[in-house]
Amino acid sequence: MSKEQKLIEKDGLKVVGETLAKNFGSAILSVKIALDELSVHVETSEIQKVLVFLRDDINCQFKLLMELCGVDYPERENRFEVVYCLLSLSRNIRLKIRVSANERIPVPSVVGVFSSAGWWEREVWDLFGIFFSGHPDLRRILSDYGFEGHPLRKDFPLTGYVEVRYDDSQKRVVYEPVSLTQEFRDFDFMSPWEGIQKVLPGDEKAIDVADKSSKGD
Amino acid sequence: MPDQEIKNFTLNFGPQHPAAHGVLRLVLEMDGEVIDRADPHIGLLHRGTEKLIEHKTYMQAVPYFDRLDYVAPQNQEHAFAIAVEKLAGMEVPPRGKYIRVMFAELGRLLNHIFNICAYAMDVGAMTPMLWGFEEREKLMAFCERVSGARLHMAYFRPGGVAMDMPDGLTEDIMIWAENFPKMIEDLEGLLTENRIFKQRTVGIGVISSDEAMDWGFSGPNLRASGVAWDLRKSQPYDVYDKMDFDIPIAKHGDCYDRYLIRVYEMYESLKIVKQCIEELPLGPVSCDDHKFSPPSRSEMKNSMEALIHHFKLYTEGYHVPAGETYSVVEAPKGEFGVFLVSDGSNKPYRCKIRAPGFAHLQALDMLSKGHMLADIVANIGSLDIVFGEIDR
Repeated sequence: MSKEQKLIEKDGLKVVGETLAKNFGSAILSVKIALDELSVHVETSEIQKVLVFLRDDINCQFKLLMELCGVDYPERENRFEVVYCLLSLSRNIRLKIRVSANERIPVPSVVGVFSSAGWWEREVWDLFGIFFSGHPDLRRILSDYGFEGHPLRKDFPLTGYVEVRYDDSQKRVVYEPVSLTQEFRDFDFMSPWEGIQKVLPGDEKAIDVADKSSKGD
Repeated sequence: MPDQEIKNFTLNFGPQHPAAHGVLRLVLEMDGEVIDRADPHIGLLHRGTEKLIEHKTYMQAVPYFDRLDYVAPQNQEHAFAIAVEKLAGMEVPPRGKYIRVMFAELGRLLNHIFNICAYAMDVGAMTPMLWGFEEREKLMAFCERVSGARLHMAYFRPGGVAMDMPDGLTEDIMIWAENFPKMIEDLEGLLTENRIFKQRTVGIGVISSDEAMDWGFSGPNLRASGVAWDLRKSQPYDVYDKMDFDIPIAKHGDCYDRYLIRVYEMYESLKIVKQCIEELPLGPVSCDDHKFSPPSRSEMKNSMEALIHHFKLYTEGYHVPAGETYSVVEAPKGEFGVFLVSDGSNKPYRCKIRAPGFAHLQALDMLSKGHMLADIVANIGSLDIVFGEIDR
C-alpha cells in the first residue's frame, strides 16, 4: 500500500470515529487509532443502535460483520470484552467496535442487524459464557454435547477437566476426570533481568516515610 | 378416508458421510424430499487451537495454522505472520515477500483443484477427482522441496519464510505452470458444459449480493454473487500490489457460478506465480533482526552471539509489544483473519481465528431451504468447506 493511500485511509478512519462520537455522544466511551486500526469502545446497551447506524449510514456503509469474538481480562471489573470487526466495501475501511461484559451482564444480540452474528455469538457463549440477550438460538456450538464450563476463559485449565475413552465392557465412550501421567509443564519464560523489579528490599519503608513527611504529619 | 396427519421427517446426515466434506453432522427436517430446515452441528473436529496458541510462543503457534484449513495450509500461516509482523514492526525483505506470494498462490491452486474435483464428485463425476489429485501431488512435491513437508509446511514465519528455496525449484515450478492450463482445460471439458453437472448446479443455492454481505461471505463465494471485492486488490499485502492479475466476478450467485469463479481464479493464480518467478529478486528471505528471526545454521556454528540468539529464540521466543490487530489475507476460501492481542509477553494473549468457512456454513440453512435433499450436497460442495478451519 502506498503512503498516499495510507494517509487517505487514516483520514477515513478519523472521520468515522468523529461521526460516531457526534451521533451517539455519551454512548461512545473511547475512540482510538492504533497501528492504523480504528477501535471504538461503545456502551454495551447501545451496541445494536451503533451497528445499525454504521450499516445504514451513507457515509459509513459497514455492510459486513467479518468477525465477532470475546476476550477475557480476569483482572478487570467487567472481565469480558466482545469485539465486532466490521468492513465497509465501498469505503474500503475496517472498524473494531468493542463492548464490555461480565458473567451477569448480558450483551444485546445483534443477529437482527447482521445475520452472520448468529453463530459467532453462539461461539462466544460457548467458549466464554457471555450471554447474548435476544439471540434466537443460543446453544453451544463448538464443544461436545453436554460439555460443562467455558474453555477460553483464562481460569479454565488447558487440559480441561474430563477426558474420554472407549470402554470395552460398557461398549460406549466414557468420561473420566483428567489424569496426567506427567505433571503439566508450564515454563516461566520471563528472563530474570526482564522480570526483575528495580526496587531493593526495604525500599517500601522509605516511600512510606516520604509520604508521611509530604503530608506534614 | 379420514385426513391423515403428515409429520415432518428428521434426517441425520453425517458425521460420517462422504459428501459432508469432513465431520459435518446435519440434522435435516424434511417435508418429503424437500428440506424444511438444515441445522449443521459442528465442533466434532474442535481441537481448541485458540486455547493452545495462548500457551505457546509465537513461533510455536505457526504450525497450528497449517492444521486449520489443511487443503491450503500456507495461506493461514500468511495471516498469522502478517499479524505478528504488524504488532512487532518487523520488515520482510523483498525476496521473502515474493516467495510468500508465490506459495500463497500455489496454495490457492491446491485448494481450488481440490474443491472443484471434490465438488464434481459430490454431484456424480468421478474422473476429475482422479486427475486433480495428480496435479495436487505435483504441487505438494514443490512444497516438500521448499520446506520438507508436503502438507503442513510451517514455512511462512513472522518476518519472512523459514529458509530460501533450493536451486532449480523455480524452473520446475515454471515448467509446471506452463503445462497446467492444459489440465484446467481438460477439467473444464469434463464439467463446464456437462449437462448433468449443469442440471445439478445451475440455479441451486442462489444467494444475492445483499444476502451474501449480510451473512458475512467473502472470497469466491462473495464474488460469485457479483460483489467486486478481493483483498489482494483492495487491501494489498506483501507484493500483491505489484502483481498483474484480474479478479473474475460472476453475477448469479448459484452453485454453478461459484464453480466458474474458482476455475477462472486458477488461471489468474498462474499469472501471479509466473510473474513472481520472473521478478524474483535476490537477497535475504527473512527479516535481518535476529531478535525475531533465527540466524542461519552455519552462522550459529561460528558466532557466539548467533548461538545465544538461536538459544533464546527456540526456548523463550521473542516478546511482542503490547497491542492488538485484526489482520487478514485473501485465503482461497475467503477472508482469513487473525485477531491477535498481545500483552507484551512471549505468548499471544488472545488469538482469534476468523475462518471464512464458518460464515459460509452458517448460511447453509438459508441456502438449502426449499431445495431437494440431493441439492444440499451441491450446496456444501460449492461453499468450499473444510472442517479443520471451521471447528478450530
